[in-house]
Amino acid sequence: MRFGVLATLFALASIALALEGQVGIHDPSTVVLCNGKFYTYGTGGSSLVSDDGWTWRRGTALPRRGLAPDVIHLGDRYYVYVAANIGAQPKAAINMIWSKTLDPDSPDYKWEEGGVVASSDGIEDSNAIDPGVFLDPTDGRLWLTYGSYFGYIRLVELDPKTGKRINLNDQPRDLAINCEASDMMYHEGWYYLLATHGSCCRGADSGYNIRVGRARKVTGPFLDAEGIDMIQGGGKLLIGSGGRMIGAGHFGLLDLGEGVQKFSMHWEADLDRGGASVLDIRPLLWKDGWPVAGENLKEGSYEIESLRTGTALEMAVEGVPVGGRMARGGRGGGRGMFAGTGSPIPPQDAAQVSANWPAGSIGARLANYLCQAQQQWRITAVPNAGGYPGSPYFKITIAGTERTLAATDDAELAVLPAFTGGPEQLWRMDQLSDGSWRIMPKSVPNSKEAVVLSAVGSSFATLSKLDPKSEKQRWLFKTP
Amino acid sequence: MSWPTLTKPASAEKTPGADGFIQRWLILEPIPVNGLTESAVQAIVKKEYIPDQFSVIPHDGDTVTVGGADLAWYAVDTKLYNVNLYHFARALGKPTSDVLFWAVTTVNCPREMRDVRLAIGSNAASVWWVNGQEVIGIYGDRQTVIDDGVSKRLTLKKGSNIVRAAVVNGGGATDFCARFLDRDDKPLKEFTVSVGEVSK
Repeated sequence: MRFGVLATLFALASIALALEGQVGIHDPSTVVLCNGKFYTYGTGGSSLVSDDGWTWRRGTALPRRGLAPDVIHLGDRYYVYVAANIGAQPKAAINMIWSKTLDPDSPDYKWEEGGVVASSDGIEDSNAIDPGVFLDPTDGRLWLTYGSYFGYIRLVELDPKTGKRINLNDQPRDLAINCEASDMMYHEGWYYLLATHGSCCRGADSGYNIRVGRARKVTGPFLDAEGIDMIQGGGKLLIGSGGRMIGAGHFGLLDLGEGVQKFSMHWEADLDRGGASVLDIRPLLWKDGWPVAGENLKEGSYEIESLRTGTALEMAVEGVPVGGRMARGGRGGGRGMFAGTGSPIPPQDAAQVSANWPAGSIGARLANYLCQAQQQWRITAVPNAGGYPGSPYFKITIAGTERTLAATDDAELAVLPAFTGGPEQLWRMDQLSDGSWRIMPKSVPNSKEAVVLSAVGSSFATLSKLDPKSEKQRWLFKTP
Repeated sequence: MSWPTLTKPASAEKTPGADGFIQRWLILEPIPVNGLTESAVQAIVKKEYIPDQFSVIPHDGDTVTVGGADLAWYAVDTKLYNVNLYHFARALGKPTSDVLFWAVTTVNCPREMRDVRLAIGSNAASVWWVNGQEVIGIYGDRQTVIDDGVSKRLTLKKGSNIVRAAVVNGGGATDFCARFLDRDDKPLKEFTVSVGEVSK
């Protein structure tokens, strides 16, 4: 096969989808929700806003421009921490500003100066840039990490009632070295320090990658999975370059609740956007006490399997065994029951068997996976239909046909003859912390209740009220 | 008549077992048939072997004639979660392979119950009706798996509701189980089952 054709086939096989719209940003802050919209702020006053976390547009710049801000919503205030060098690095200061809202159209949109919360005098072993603000969920204390390649990543305590430094004279704690863009999070008894290693700002030559260490206390020590302290440069890789994206940096936790965690970051170079620095949002998974970067769902053909029952979603038609029914006594005349036909049996495609499928709407159910056409689903992004953090809405069709999975108005499933674009035919896929997926329709006709795909019995799938703990609502996308 | 796991009902009404399984049924002696695929089983169950097949509420001891043979309805209680049709047929000297069993019971509810689902398992294929509406069909050569086939959300009426099943076996073991799940997918237990008068 000629190289050009082969390359195209590989590209079509797994089309990763990047965020939509205006996503150019460098060093994005943690993404924060305000009145239902998502906001992030980057270096140089850049600002992005989104109604759904998928399509972004340019937002309003902060009054204080600087490097790599971070944001947190506490009580009725949004605190932003933004750094600036004072003259040459590593002399720098981090200032706090706050507002009651991030929405510039709100009458409450007004930024107040909060003063300096951390600084570096140009001689001490730190460069006070890249702030990361963290609220400890176990005791309500507020912390700031900061620092870059000159010297250490440092930790100071802030006052959660004011966002200011509790005591400007207290000694910052050194946590890590050889990294920047630090941020902290807490998960099931451990504190995790995320930090970016490697080089930024060199386009596709940027070796930027996000690493993590963990500690039992917010003050450290933070060790990686090999037991190497981050203060000696340790760090377990969370995410590096892949696909068409190079240079991962500036982790921010985006916890959507109900068992769905994601993280924001930027890529130094999105090759599909000419090597521009862009925002991305990825699922956050957990494995053996360590965070793992998930993938947003790629377009392709899949078996959709229930994690609980091990049976696969199928359109409710009588299946035909791949290669046709076996005659009594085996195939191929005289070869015997177990000897096979002697030559490869091609995959079953819908065209071979769909003549027997009824026209019109058909039900859906679960069944033992037998590699049959009615069990193979094509996942395709739907353009201009919106999305959710990290992904667009998808349609789910029987591979090789137009037949499309839809939610019915009694919160059950149907496979409609063709996709017509209604919200009941649009599907949201969120990756859960164990790597399995939650699948939910954009909406159910005549219903406001949020429902998700659920395996009620071994052979039946329905739409049920969300229960984040239920295994019945976890699904696997497997290569067919 | 002596079955290892089945007995004649001795009370007017029976409550479901601890896990909600329906343990009282009227079973018709088996009818010879052939086929386990979806299309074959649908054709089998839609053929009217007995008069008023989809609405009849039989009684213990009633007989029907099918293909020249007299078949009787038996009221049975099972001690287990499932009804063992292999034991049932063998004890009566009837075939257990390539057969169709009809089963009927009356479910009595203290009040209307919405958003419940019928949940069944069968060896092998089976089709189920609740109050005359076909609600489940599972096909192929399979074992009885609890909550294998599940219906869409149903409403059970206050008072009597008729559950009817057609179980088709190929070879080997044959049995079925059935219960209702409530809107939280938990077994429904607030009902009784009855099969009318049972002959001594």
